[in-house]
Amino acid sequence: MSSTETDKDGNVTSTYAEVQQSAEFADLRRRFRRFVFPMTALFLAWYFLYVLLAAFAPAFMAIKVFGNINVGLVLGLGQFVSTFAITIIYVRWADREFDPTAERLRAQIEGEGA
Amino acid sequence: MSALGSVQALLPTATQVGSPAINIAIFAAFVIVTLGIVIRAARNNSSAADFYAGGRAFSGRQNGIAISGDYLSAASFLGIAGAIAINGYDGFLYSIGFLVAWLVALLLVAELLRNTGRFTMADVLSFRLRQRPVRMAAAISTLVVSFFYLLAQMAGAGGLVALLLGIDAKSGQSVVIAVVGAIMIVYVLVGGMKGTTWVQIVKAALLIVGAAVMTVWVLAMFGFSLSALMGEAVNNSTIAGEKLLSPGLQYGKNTTTKIDFLSLGLALVLGTAGLPHVLMRFYTVPSSKQARKSVEWAIWLIGIFYLFTLVLGFGAAALVGPDAIKAAPGKANSAAPLLAFELGGEILLGLISAVAFATILAVVAGLTITASASFAHDVYAQVIKRGKVSADGEVKVARITALVIGFLAIIGGIFANGQNIAFLVALAFAIAASANLPTILYSLFWGRFNTRGALWSIYGGLISAITLIVFSPVVSGKPADPVTGLSPSMITDATVDFHWFPLDNPGIVSIPLGFFLGWLGTVTSKERSSEAKYAEMEVRSLTGAGAEKAVVH
Repeated sequence: MSSTETDKDGNVTSTYAEVQQSAEFADLRRRFRRFVFPMTALFLAWYFLYVLLAAFAPAFMAIKVFGNINVGLVLGLGQFVSTFAITIIYVRWADREFDPTAERLRAQIEGEGA
Repeated sequence: MSALGSVQALLPTATQVGSPAINIAIFAAFVIVTLGIVIRAARNNSSAADFYAGGRAFSGRQNGIAISGDYLSAASFLGIAGAIAINGYDGFLYSIGFLVAWLVALLLVAELLRNTGRFTMADVLSFRLRQRPVRMAAAISTLVVSFFYLLAQMAGAGGLVALLLGIDAKSGQSVVIAVVGAIMIVYVLVGGMKGTTWVQIVKAALLIVGAAVMTVWVLAMFGFSLSALMGEAVNNSTIAGEKLLSPGLQYGKNTTTKIDFLSLGLALVLGTAGLPHVLMRFYTVPSSKQARKSVEWAIWLIGIFYLFTLVLGFGAAALVGPDAIKAAPGKANSAAPLLAFELGGEILLGLISAVAFATILAVVAGLTITASASFAHDVYAQVIKRGKVSADGEVKVARITALVIGFLAIIGGIFANGQNIAFLVALAFAIAASANLPTILYSLFWGRFNTRGALWSIYGGLISAITLIVFSPVVSGKPADPVTGLSPSMITDATVDFHWFPLDNPGIVSIPLGFFLGWLGTVTSKERSSEAKYAEMEVRSLTGAGAEKAVVH
């Protein structure tokens, strides 16, 4: 596929190369990367901060917050909370912001009424 | 051995709990029900997409439950609860790494992989690189990771048999391992991915409900106060005491053990998104949106389950006690079953035991189908036959491979029974993170990436991880236990010592090395990967255009 073609049903389709060069795809890719790369950096940094504290600052982790609940347990449960939160935020973002554009481009490539 | 025997003789209640008849009956009921489901699911199993990917017809929610069934192996259920009961906080650290790892799969891998591949990890890696060498490398890495994981599960089965069915003789345990393996082979051959997925779903539901009931039960005994529960766990831990609640009991001894812990943390968080049997599950849904939904469900279920294990682990320490757990035949692995017996007697123990068996069965089935798909689809169809093979012929090879792998798993399980090979799961994660994840990420996100980069990264990560493990203290050279005179290494003879790598886990070296070699191989090769192919891969991965559709029956 080197240029615009028609598929077997006679619909106009765009090639992958054309779509890759298009402004709409470039925008989609930029928005995707702008979301997932910083988010990945964030959760990895938070995770390794936690792991380093557990390995090298056990005394800090052992400070009691209330009853037998110490800082280590609170931060550990914090990892659960942040993981759940990032999941919710990403799924909401992808459903609302990412899918409509991706779907439009897909239809254009596969020739479904584009 | 004699010293160990006398300790056990002093604690008869710990070695023989519950009624083997009830355990066997409940397990048999599980097998009969799931076999029925597998046979029903198999009615429409004709094409390769049916056998490898369940016709891509599972919903995101169903697949998410199946993923959690795959992931919550005996190692996570029995292993983490036991680790928390004995090592307290340090056991909890495992579950955090295992959970956070899913964000890598959610954000970077699951959807893009679903959009560009068909059946295996190698489909994605070889998309725009030279097919045969890359497929071969990816298949070897898949087979090695799956086999290590498989062996660890099968070896765990032996210890579980001793505890739950009261079968102490090695020969009796071997028979049970063979039976477990044979049932698993039937699941895979008859049900394919569809049947295996349903077994995972049933098992995950039983496991999570069972753990939830026990969690509420334990919490109710302590007035729903986690603090009171942990206080009692401390009182009951004569050796660890207050240290149970903060990090360091297992990994805090010296700088080497602390770096070892970092290494483990790295392997856990980066390994999951490179595990072939996890990746293959993303092909069982009809679209990338459903793949996203799968991971979303998996994260919630796995996260909530690990919160349960926190309560169960401290509950076992508080109600059973670390000393009784260590003296039981399955050692740390027996914490959850012993807690079940303490709470609900023979019936609850029987239920939890059956779930634990079902776990091994289901996980082993998932691994077997992954390994057989990789061999039949990548090695046989693409590398040996160069793509000139009918889909039927490929599935036939996959079935034969499943039979062979099942047989090897039984033999391996019998030989590994009683061996200290729990490190194999950590090793599988380290290899997945060193050999698989770098190539997956590079091929999805880096246009320049080429064949040499992929080969150097896969083989470099694989070989360095295995080499470092062989020459690490887990295989030889840990100081002998003063009581038994045996080394806790895999080679228990303390006079044999050929280790030179100081850490138990190779991840901190092999994972950066895998990423580095992928980069180095790429920039030193003149080969430029096809721009048209990269355009196709990039557009397909993000938009879902041209992605494999669900099979319509």
